[in-house]
Amino acid sequence: MSGTYLGMPSFPEAAREAVHDPTLRGNLRHATHTIRDKRARAVAELDDWARLREAGKRIKDHTLRYLDRYLVRVEEAVTAAGGTVHWAADAEEANRIVADLVKATGESEVVKVKSMATQETGLNEALEAEGIRAYETDLAELIVQLGGDRPSHILVPAIHRNRGEIRDIFRSEMGEWGRPAPEGLTDTPAELAEAARLHLREKFLRARVGISGANFMVAETGTLVVVESEGNGRMCLTLPETLISVVGIEKIVPTWRDLEVFLQTLPRSSTAERMNPYTSMWTGTTDGDGPRTFHLVLLDNGRTDTLADEVGRQALRCIRCSACLNVCPVYERAGGHAYGSVYPGPIGAILSPQLRGTGSEIDASLPYASSLCGACYEVCPVAIDIPEVLVHLREKVADQGGKGHRLEGVAMRTATWLLDHPAALNAGERLASRTRKLHPKRLPGPGAREWTNSRDLPAMPPEPFRDWWKKNHA
Amino acid sequence: MRVALFATCVNDALYPSTAIATVKVLERLGVEVEFPAAQTCCGQPQYNTGYRRATEPLVRRMARAFEGYDHVVTPSGSCVAMVRDNYPRIGAKAVAEGRGGELADAAASLAPHVHELTEFLVDVLGVTDVGAYFPHTVTYHPSCHGLRVLGLRDRPRRLLEAVKGLELVELPGAEECCGFGGTFAVKNADVSEAMGDDKIRNALSTDADVLCGADNSCLMHLGGMLRRQEAPQRALHLAEILASTEEEPLR
Amino acid sequence: MTSPSSSRDRVLGRVRRALAEAPEAPEVTRDYLVTHTPDDPATVLDLLHENLVDYRAGVHRGTRQGLPSLIGRLLADHGARSVVVPPGLPGAWLAGSDARRRYDDPPLTPAELDSADAVVTGCALAVAETGTVVLDAGPGQGRRALTLVPDLHICVVDVLGQVVASLPQALPRLDPTRPTTWISGPSATSDIELDRVEGVHGPRTLEVVLVAD
Repeated sequence: MSGTYLGMPSFPEAAREAVHDPTLRGNLRHATHTIRDKRARAVAELDDWARLREAGKRIKDHTLRYLDRYLVRVEEAVTAAGGTVHWAADAEEANRIVADLVKATGESEVVKVKSMATQETGLNEALEAEGIRAYETDLAELIVQLGGDRPSHILVPAIHRNRGEIRDIFRSEMGEWGRPAPEGLTDTPAELAEAARLHLREKFLRARVGISGANFMVAETGTLVVVESEGNGRMCLTLPETLISVVGIEKIVPTWRDLEVFLQTLPRSSTAERMNPYTSMWTGTTDGDGPRTFHLVLLDNGRTDTLADEVGRQALRCIRCSACLNVCPVYERAGGHAYGSVYPGPIGAILSPQLRGTGSEIDASLPYASSLCGACYEVCPVAIDIPEVLVHLREKVADQGGKGHRLEGVAMRTATWLLDHPAALNAGERLASRTRKLHPKRLPGPGAREWTNSRDLPAMPPEPFRDWWKKNHA
Repeated sequence: MRVALFATCVNDALYPSTAIATVKVLERLGVEVEFPAAQTCCGQPQYNTGYRRATEPLVRRMARAFEGYDHVVTPSGSCVAMVRDNYPRIGAKAVAEGRGGELADAAASLAPHVHELTEFLVDVLGVTDVGAYFPHTVTYHPSCHGLRVLGLRDRPRRLLEAVKGLELVELPGAEECCGFGGTFAVKNADVSEAMGDDKIRNALSTDADVLCGADNSCLMHLGGMLRRQEAPQRALHLAEILASTEEEPLR
Repeated sequence: MTSPSSSRDRVLGRVRRALAEAPEAPEVTRDYLVTHTPDDPATVLDLLHENLVDYRAGVHRGTRQGLPSLIGRLLADHGARSVVVPPGLPGAWLAGSDARRRYDDPPLTPAELDSADAVVTGCALAVAETGTVVLDAGPGQGRRALTLVPDLHICVVDVLGQVVASLPQALPRLDPTRPTTWISGPSATSDIELDRVEGVHGPRTLEVVLVAD
């Protein structure tokens, strides 16, 4: 994964600022609660939701189990349909392939469909370094790009911005990138969407190269699928002469029929719609319709490391719906930036440390960025048991024994020893009870300080339960 | 029917009143309950913090302590979830690591017998009216592990609704996590506190006298915040409400 | 930099190593419903109508005979003075309109498409449960750009042969080798405060005509 976000502080530090920013808290609360309730209604419309979820899970597990075969098959099918397939082992290689392909067309600008894979590889910055300007065309990506900002949500990268902030960004920045914002632009969402339409139209009409990701690749047919709402995807996928799609190797589904599951579960889980406004499917190139040249870049970038972990590999089922972000109480308060990755929220907390490894401070802290409440698992349309993977990754982080974990390990093993010796435990309990009058309200020391900053300690009982039991029942 | 109480380490050391209340409710319903003294802790703090191997001695201890009981009852949803959900995982990982099936067997022998208190009352005893009396307004917070891992659904609320004198008011945003999360509460103290604040704001908006829950670890966090803020509401475990009677009311 | 073929081998090699000890995957289950809708054409059609309207498409019902005047009226109501005509569109469909025809032969440039007010097409099929019309670039539909750039899209659905209830019924009827566009209402966005707003880059107005004989 690209180093764009590395050097980030640990999650608790990064979250602290967000937690105490009332505007951000308000924006996140409003947006996540709006979509959370809508999703619940959209899902409740389907009596067979649990069965669709199980089918989606199994299709993905099956694909991942035979991923080598399906990758070869998708390569064959795309090639047979007139496309060219490239393989990228990491972000750098993917960016190099794309930059070379763009340069070969003689163009110095490209239009982009929102794509998590190219955000992950830091493609825009890599292209910029080669003198190629990449225009983001998804409304939220545009807001992020114009604002010189970072995405904070998978589906709605500008979720941390409210309408007033968006209007201010459009007014001050659009002119720098092309057509300026209309005079007297207000903050009504319809007017803001109209401003984006006008600003981007000239770019779509003159674009010669489009760059996309894909939601699905069908192995048996070589078909790519992009699910979107605004029509910017259709613009990028059909108007340019050259289309380059950068797609993670886990995005495969084996058969055309498999789409009947995911096209039911993805829109309802992400935008809470029965169906998103536009879904584009294409297979290689078609004479007289759309791009004449099509390149598919298959991206590994840490996915095979994730695949090798028997518990963690379920994260590769993810279809990037972001339902887990929208229900997550931690995401709602910490915001997306605190996760230090293009993948925020619960899925990011298990995906980033697997794609990037747990070497950095931020990645080692992400598995702990959860109260393990399980709301993410409950809404996941491919049943990724995120709490299970979080705990599994905590074990890996604890084993590597970094910052704070050596002492913690000693404490945990000591606790276990005590708990495995009831007589010693009982002696400790009695001591705590007997000295209860002496316990201060706020305590120093790691752990105790954090606890007593905002909470009183429970009042110590006069005796532990096991002593009461001995007196009354034994 | 041999029934054992698994008091849990938190209740044993910090909230004996909850364990005592559980014994009283069970005895009032004619259940003869035992307290195997070899029990301590299910190992959830270790496991959830990433110390699976340090949990293993406690898995063995739990299985030994409760061997031979038909039912093991505990007033803590998250400890039941630990045994039911994570013990088999600990066993499976040990097998995968080539360390034999002993832990897996321990998990399999214990897990089916362990019940959260409201499950035991409603499903095993078939009771919702336990003869309790508690003339106060109560709002109920369903802790996450009870709600989502165990699927307790409306069992706690049905028990509360049957309590004489009790007025149950809906807690807004009830299904949202309170922010405790074990070591999360100290590792991510700012976020935990923000979640707790929102939960308490919702609880206080009901004007209830009592914020009731079925998991004392969550209540330790919420109750600690309520007391720190000197709020006119107290956190109370469900078992203590169910133990309260007209003859012996809880004050 | 590694050569392309060696990256292919590297990635496939890593995949195979990662899976070397993986257990067999459980069988895929497909016990979900083929349809959520009673098998009654009128019910299915009403559901399609309702769901299209719910996502802010205009919906009109008519007969084949009345189609020219209905299309003519819709174009006029929206003030469309020019209309893109995809190859293979039945000539009669536009008989009731005096809007200037823009034929896609030779292919219209993006700028020419942008200057056209409307496009009229048929479709491959429509899906009731999701309120979707599907275009597959067949006769009377044209290439994908035709239904994308003009701001008004009038789409004609043949009620007798083109309406299915559900996604599992739709996919087998489509040819994966053709470029396919699934359209559910006019373009929209939820990017501002996760609130849905209709009308961004694709046609801001979608009028669907359900034609029965």
